[in-house]
Amino acid sequence: MASEAVCSHRDPMLKKRDDFEDILEERRNSSDLRYALKCYTPVLYKQLTPCTASDLKNMVLCSTQVHFVIAQVSKETGAAPEEVQAEASSILEEMAHRLQLGPIRFFAFVLCKVFKTLFRSVCVNEEGIQRLQQSIHEHPVVLLPSHRSYMDFLLMSYILYTYDLALPVIAAGMDFMGMKILGEMLRMSGAFFIRRSFGGDKLYWAVFSEYVRTMLKTGFAPVEFFLEGTRSRTSKSLTPKLGLLNIVMEPFLKGEVFDVALVPVSISYERILEESLYARELLGVPKPKESTSGLFKARKVLSENYGSIHVYFGQPVSVRSLAEGRVQRGQFNLIPRHIPRRPSEDVQGFVNDSAYQLLRAQEENMVLKPWVLLSSLLLQNHHQNQNQNQRRGGGMMMEELSEGAVWLRELCRQYGAFLHWPDHVPPAEVVSSSLDLHRGLVTISDGRVHLNLGHGAQKGAGLTAEEELLSQAVIILSCASYRNQALHVFVRPALLATALQAAGSAHKQDVFNTFNFLRNMFANEFILCPGAAVQDFEEACFLLMKTGVVLMEQEEVLVTENGHRTITFLTSILDPFLQGYQVVCRFLCEASTESLTEAQFVPAVRTFIVRLLLSGRLRYSEVLSSDLQKNALAALQRLGAVHKLKREAEPATLKVNTVMVNSLEDTLGGKLPTVKPVASRL
Amino acid sequence: CVICGNAWRHEVMKWNGWGYSDSRFLFNKKGQAEFTGKRYKLSGMILPALKDWFEGTFGASLQHKSPATPLLNTSAVQAPTLNQDFVEELKSIGVPFSHEAEDRAFRGHGHCLHEIFALREGKIGRVPDMVVWPNCHNDVEKIVALACKHNVCLIPYGGGTSVSSALECPPEETRSIVSLDTSQMNRILWIDEKNLTAHVEAGIIGQDLERLLNESGYCTGHEPDSMEFSSLGGWVSTRASGMKKNIYGNIEDLVVHIKMVTPQGVIEKSCQGPRMSTGPDIHHFILGSEGTLGVVTEVTMKIRPVPEYQKYGSVVFPNFEQGVACLREVAKQRCAPASIRLMDNEQFMFGHALKPQVSSIFTSFLDGLKKFYITKFKGFDPSRLCVATLLFEGNREKVLQHEKQVYDIAAKFGGLAAGEDNGQRGYMLTFVIAYLRDLGMDYYVIAESFETSVPWDRVLDVCRNVKARVVRECKDKGVQFSPLSSCRVTQTYDAGACVYFYFAFNYRGLSDPVHVYEQVEHAAREEILANGGSLSHHHGVGKLRKEWMRETVSEVGVGMLQSVKDYVDPKNIFGNRNLL
Repeated sequence: MASEAVCSHRDPMLKKRDDFEDILEERRNSSDLRYALKCYTPVLYKQLTPCTASDLKNMVLCSTQVHFVIAQVSKETGAAPEEVQAEASSILEEMAHRLQLGPIRFFAFVLCKVFKTLFRSVCVNEEGIQRLQQSIHEHPVVLLPSHRSYMDFLLMSYILYTYDLALPVIAAGMDFMGMKILGEMLRMSGAFFIRRSFGGDKLYWAVFSEYVRTMLKTGFAPVEFFLEGTRSRTSKSLTPKLGLLNIVMEPFLKGEVFDVALVPVSISYERILEESLYARELLGVPKPKESTSGLFKARKVLSENYGSIHVYFGQPVSVRSLAEGRVQRGQFNLIPRHIPRRPSEDVQGFVNDSAYQLLRAQEENMVLKPWVLLSSLLLQNHHQNQNQNQRRGGGMMMEELSEGAVWLRELCRQYGAFLHWPDHVPPAEVVSSSLDLHRGLVTISDGRVHLNLGHGAQKGAGLTAEEELLSQAVIILSCASYRNQALHVFVRPALLATALQAAGSAHKQDVFNTFNFLRNMFANEFILCPGAAVQDFEEACFLLMKTGVVLMEQEEVLVTENGHRTITFLTSILDPFLQGYQVVCRFLCEASTESLTEAQFVPAVRTFIVRLLLSGRLRYSEVLSSDLQKNALAALQRLGAVHKLKREAEPATLKVNTVMVNSLEDTLGGKLPTVKPVASRL
Repeated sequence: CVICGNAWRHEVMKWNGWGYSDSRFLFNKKGQAEFTGKRYKLSGMILPALKDWFEGTFGASLQHKSPATPLLNTSAVQAPTLNQDFVEELKSIGVPFSHEAEDRAFRGHGHCLHEIFALREGKIGRVPDMVVWPNCHNDVEKIVALACKHNVCLIPYGGGTSVSSALECPPEETRSIVSLDTSQMNRILWIDEKNLTAHVEAGIIGQDLERLLNESGYCTGHEPDSMEFSSLGGWVSTRASGMKKNIYGNIEDLVVHIKMVTPQGVIEKSCQGPRMSTGPDIHHFILGSEGTLGVVTEVTMKIRPVPEYQKYGSVVFPNFEQGVACLREVAKQRCAPASIRLMDNEQFMFGHALKPQVSSIFTSFLDGLKKFYITKFKGFDPSRLCVATLLFEGNREKVLQHEKQVYDIAAKFGGLAAGEDNGQRGYMLTFVIAYLRDLGMDYYVIAESFETSVPWDRVLDVCRNVKARVVRECKDKGVQFSPLSSCRVTQTYDAGACVYFYFAFNYRGLSDPVHVYEQVEHAAREEILANGGSLSHHHGVGKLRKEWMRETVSEVGVGMLQSVKDYVDPKNIFGNRNLL
């Protein structure tokens, strides 16, 4: 359980990963009922304090932490302590899980059936399972799966049940509680529910955090939550939410447990169930409220093939090792530990850095399917030939696509991607079977592969230009979400490739400055560890040198003759984002005269972008993604170019520093040289 | 040497291990453990269970021996660096001295593992260049004056039981180092029955002090675990703590008056008032000064009549958590007996391994019954239960009343009274445990203990985390066998407790076991501090724990102590370099 496990290796090719086992295979050959009723005796935490789900509630309500806050709240509000106590109790009632084996068995039975229909295979790395089992025995464990689908936490519990591991308790958003029966079922299978926002509600925070800590400290069950906070609609990892991570690290920092093991889990779907749902949501069709009946309507998904799922349980990361030399644990010595305090700056920084490291560990073990490469190529091809598409018949020749995929496969491997490409099958077959699985997004006709953009009149009749644009964008965004699965592999080299083109000089320091500017600009978009600019730069240089794309000659970074193909590919990967951010900047400058509220931002920028797209001044319809727009806004706020003005009883408005936004736009567009960063030199 | 009177202590004591030469553990020809000599209750007894425990716990084997060098090789001791002018003048004032290798080597170390380990290998580092034996306060004054005049480094030496590297000679010291042995200043000068105080020379050894006072019907009640060998002056200069502090107080509560000779002259108070408001208490510059400011020569101590009745006791708890909760409650109600100690499960097992051969079938039958009652009938898990040992003192009636009160509290935490024998054996072990380390070292097992004090709410956390850290560090540092990592809560206070840790491991296969052990101990101390424990409860800082002083007492605190040192001893005559 070493912290080195989360740091990337010097040479990504040397990364060693475990093999997978398909757990559905056995299910296809033996009785599901017997499986659901099997004898279940998981390995438990060695210092487990045995207790039931309702004991837990009592422990929480009797804790000094909660008592302290009850007294505080009662003093501040004038409410009787009993009233506040009752409120605390009802908060806990609303939140708490009721983990029982019965419902788990029921789910196990149903999920068997569902999984077997939907998926070709569910592959799990068994060595990871063994490591997890060991960790559960030794320390309180926190499971940190990636979040791409509703499926994720059912799948996690299903796998743990299959391998006879302790079932986790799972932090779930309150929105699930809307589904009456299902909500209760989930509760009984270990889900506990937290409100999406509870801002300054001290009592809620106290009860909630104590509840999580108690489960962790007693070793009741592994605690599971999503670092990303919500499902990623784009298949890119989302920047981490720190609240729960803070909570689960606290017992270690305060000395209440010897260590806590954090286990990143990477769940990769060959085809995501919510694929087009996400695209629509990003384009502004609001997401349907979760309801049980809604879920049943989604039944038609049951008739489709969703390929395989790979679940990789990563190296457990010891919080103790992470904190070694980073956090002064003695800082808690002088104030009673039950008094809630804001985490100190060093703790905040530590938790933030750890979160990024864990997300990168998650990303590194995401399995990439051939389709991820194909969609990258198809998208790039689409954008490059957008204008000539009609003329040439559009799409890519099969051979061209295969050749490109094989080339990209090698590049991916060089960069250390966890690629699952069946090497014993001829590439052409791999390509066509991948395409087959994603028939909703691509069609093959006359040996050419097209994105299903509905060119021609068949579907387009009666649609306005904007409607047609949006329906095409659904396909583009869906494809982009698969391309995004590989972004973490390419992002650092791509930033370097873009910097090489934009820097206007080959001098290493100039290239680094531009790299650093871009990296900083996109810090809300990609998972880039804070403070690791130099490391990232060197990693990128290393990869490009290793693959013969650049040469280092006396402080100069030079692109080689053979490197252009890679450079073109890498810059094209980043280009939609680069342009997207520029568009958002331009929009903000133009809109700055009016007082734009935060809520108006997304619809307004969307209208602006639709106009640009229709007039042909912008190529990338994926810029319509509200995710990109929000990230861009967040980045501008972080850089101080946009401020949120909060007035009482009025919605917050955005105050734009036009000069600054303008210059950022120009710098992104390569019209202005990057300003030399003060702090970070190579 | 021309000293007569008291026997030279080093003639009856080991030169490279703990305690008396005639008392030691060994495995006899039958492979059974026995304790030699006649001095202790355990002396001459066979301990049938020790071998299995020893081999099982450490993975050690009686086949693999690591014996010590039997005799001190005097040629390994560096030739003394003598300051001739100092020696000449010393002769003229008639204070006895020696520069024999044995005398010097004996006073060049304390009882840290690394010190003993080196001695067993026959390695002798920098030792004092000569030893002087002042006979009284005036002799000390003369010696200190001479040392100042000739710029000689003085290191006061009392009982030699330091476990903080305090007696090690700083290797960088180039002056002649003189060990000032206080052992000849061992008289009780007067007893004042009206005020219940005794005026005692600081070189007196704990057991002699108690014995002599007992003859007059008194005691000090100060009983540190080292009391057989440690001296009054040593207690004062390390802020010692005694087992029965709940009744008698720690050393700082016991002293009424201290006389210390410093390079600037003698420091003492003008009266023996029980409490004074005269600025910061100057006694507190002396208490814990660890020989860096001067030599404590005479101390007035509180004395008490010898208690009429003593009773041991013990309580078994289902687990350590319950035991700590009970001790906390006892402290809250301020009804702690003279001594109350809680051993964890590992120590409980260890205690069992030290049970002597039972004399009758009846006793073994009774033991079996007890075990059955506790584990089967009461459902205690033998791998989790732990035991508290108790010592009550006072008049008979009150003791019995007190005993009931404590057992009633214990019952609330699931504690079961487990008899006087177990209690008494627990305390006896205190005195023989140091001998056991030497046995371990004969078979590739090294061991050390360390202590801390910690607020009540952190006692369990410190115990758990430090024990786990020791195990983890041993593993990380390549120790092949899992170590013994154990603790006990040995003192209770209103606001916290004193916790004592033991760790031991089998070092076969390690190229530098002492280095590994030092790394583990260092990590353990870091862990203690990170969990809100103190740098030391009573062992002191010495040179072993100096690196943490700044973070412990703050920058200004260190500056304060330094400025006192600079004023009192500007030429660093008392140059043992402890503390700062």
